[in-house]
Amino acid sequence: MLPVFLARLKQGHRTLPYPAEAPSLPDRFRGLPVIDATKCPDGCQKCAEACPTSAITTADGKVRLDLGRCLFCVDCLEACPEGAVAYTQDHRLATRTREDLVLDGQTLKLAESLDEKSRRLFGRSLKLRQVSAGGCNACEADLNVLGTVVFDLARFGVQFVASPRHADGIVVTGAVSENMRTALLETYAAVPAPKLVIAVGACAISGGPYIDNPEVHNGCGSLVPVDLYVPGCPPHPLTILDGLLRLLGRLEDRPRS
Amino acid sequence: MNGHSLVVLRSGQAMPRARIPQLPLPDFQRAITAGVAAGQRVAALFADAPAADGNVELYAVLADSARARLRVGRTTLDSDHFPSLTPQCPQVHLFEREIAEQYGVRPEGHPWLKPVRFHASYRPGHDAWGRSSGETPLIGATDYYRVEGDEIHEVAVGPVHAGVIEPGHFRFQCHGEHVFHLEISLGYQHRGAERTLAGGPNKRTIHTLETVAGDTSIGHATAYCQALEALAGCQVPIRAEVLRAVALELERLANHTGDLGALAGDVGFLPTAAFCGRLRGDFLNLTALLCGSRFGRGMVRPGGAMFDLDDARREQFLKCLQSAFRDVENAADLLWNSASVQARFEGTGAVSLETCLELGLVGPAARACGLECDVRQDFPWGIYRFAQVPVSTWSTGDVFARAYVRWMEIQRSVAFIREQLQGLPDGPVRADAGVPKPDHLVAVLVEGWRGEICHVALTDAAGKFARYKIVDPSFHNWTGLAIALRDQQISDFPLCNKSFNLSYCGHDL
Repeated sequence: MLPVFLARLKQGHRTLPYPAEAPSLPDRFRGLPVIDATKCPDGCQKCAEACPTSAITTADGKVRLDLGRCLFCVDCLEACPEGAVAYTQDHRLATRTREDLVLDGQTLKLAESLDEKSRRLFGRSLKLRQVSAGGCNACEADLNVLGTVVFDLARFGVQFVASPRHADGIVVTGAVSENMRTALLETYAAVPAPKLVIAVGACAISGGPYIDNPEVHNGCGSLVPVDLYVPGCPPHPLTILDGLLRLLGRLEDRPRS
Repeated sequence: MNGHSLVVLRSGQAMPRARIPQLPLPDFQRAITAGVAAGQRVAALFADAPAADGNVELYAVLADSARARLRVGRTTLDSDHFPSLTPQCPQVHLFEREIAEQYGVRPEGHPWLKPVRFHASYRPGHDAWGRSSGETPLIGATDYYRVEGDEIHEVAVGPVHAGVIEPGHFRFQCHGEHVFHLEISLGYQHRGAERTLAGGPNKRTIHTLETVAGDTSIGHATAYCQALEALAGCQVPIRAEVLRAVALELERLANHTGDLGALAGDVGFLPTAAFCGRLRGDFLNLTALLCGSRFGRGMVRPGGAMFDLDDARREQFLKCLQSAFRDVENAADLLWNSASVQARFEGTGAVSLETCLELGLVGPAARACGLECDVRQDFPWGIYRFAQVPVSTWSTGDVFARAYVRWMEIQRSVAFIREQLQGLPDGPVRADAGVPKPDHLVAVLVEGWRGEICHVALTDAAGKFARYKIVDPSFHNWTGLAIALRDQQISDFPLCNKSFNLSYCGHDL
């Protein structure tokens, strides 16, 4: 037993002081992307042409960015001759509606909390069942990470459970393969109402790199009603945590730094 | 000794398709069985249908580890039937099922001819099971193997599992706790990943490859970039080769560390489970320090690497690596020194070397059976041509061996990264990738953290992919897990499963 205690001392306390303190992310981390349209030459389409998922589109000289499709890759950065595209360090990306993910020059409207009744139900205890429906195991891995001592999801009263019958909602990852459609619908049906759906990652929101493949359903939005969208490929664990806490009304009063 | 009927080429060597020998079917099959009898392994066996209504071609890629060579050949089928090789050569069993499903040609005499991913045939009107072309196969609808008898019962698990993991269906034939047989039926993750690569390369190709198995982004991106560079005759700068290898070893470190923690968790040994859960993240964060993404997205690109490591970043990197390694060592030592852990690891889910060879297992699962195989040594590419990573093996083939091989590999990967970064060569990190040559074939092997990744690309007259074949190591190894469960307690399934930790989406494509 002694070696276990000694190891425990050696490994130290590792839980992040989040949300009390702002998280520190590596300088190359790709958070919220911004496009400075004032730098765009007339008629330039280079970022839109380079974008693998058509997350960037241009119309009438305006650039539109759909975070739900964005893979947070560097193809647009490489393609832009003017340096108009950049990633910020802002990890906060989750929204309540699909439309809020589409940026037309406006500030991203982060997720608002659930209504008061739902917050009374879920605010201090939210049990979730995860359904991977064509996910590549990156979103799944970073959902798992939330359970480690670093993020310690349980301290917020949020927990992944083994059965939909024990859950208050589902977390969907993956583009929803045709082969997982029934399993997703049945899992959703097995969760007692009222229930939540959280779509994590570009695949679950839009199909991600698999958009419009006949084998997938371009995410879960057409099959189940989504309450929270967490974009990314995959989203950073903090992005997911931020979204969950906002949904539960536990972060909304913090100003954007 | 018919190996000379196949053409010899190196991993990552492009060859005009006209030079790939076209063999009569019996010679093609004899070449495979003779190669396997001589100690070679089937790295890939796949079909292509060059014309929509034409005949199906089969391609075989054999890995001759002893001589660092690949042997490649092809044959053209003149009907929708061919005699199955599986009865003589078990390691082609899943390849033949895949060929049957994708191209509607039936390997006659296959002992286990069931769908692999439950999708319609790529050749409308040709179906190995005689289904009509409008009929969409229903996932999981197949005739499962059943053991009959008093007190025999069946346990079915999945596709949705208890944990945060990918979907798959498992059926156990049990007598009490005793497992007679486990059947694993997958396909739930099928996204059309491999199919959509035909017609590329295009702007989506690299992103598809990075998400074929999201925990192996670096591994699959490395294999793809090598294939493309070989087809285009691109010379990758040496600094980029080092950075790619560092990223690949980081991917191994993160996953192996996570696996040690998960194995500890599965036997209820919480200290190591908690420590390694955190430490896995530390290695992911190191990958993000390098390229901004914890999963290495965007790091490996045709022609080299997207991100460089300046001196200050390198110092920071090595410091973090050192501190993470020190803590992994501490966490792993607890595992090996705890009798309660060892009692659960040792002797559980053992696979014999003989079975391992018959099934053609790869990666840590094969090395845990005592098989000295590692693409980094057998078919070295990039910087591995100059810096060897010793192969880590154990001989017992059980959960302990699969865990311990991971720990040995963690130590060697850390030593390798340190050595490489201390002598990081100067120069650029990216060269012009060029364009793929038309009508060529290239086969590439890369040692991902789960084992051998094999990519085969065939270009058409315009230099586009006529066919792109992906073989994730999981494709070889899922059957190994099924066999490991025989005569075990059903309660040992999670432990055995974690000790293999295979990819569902890498298999389902």
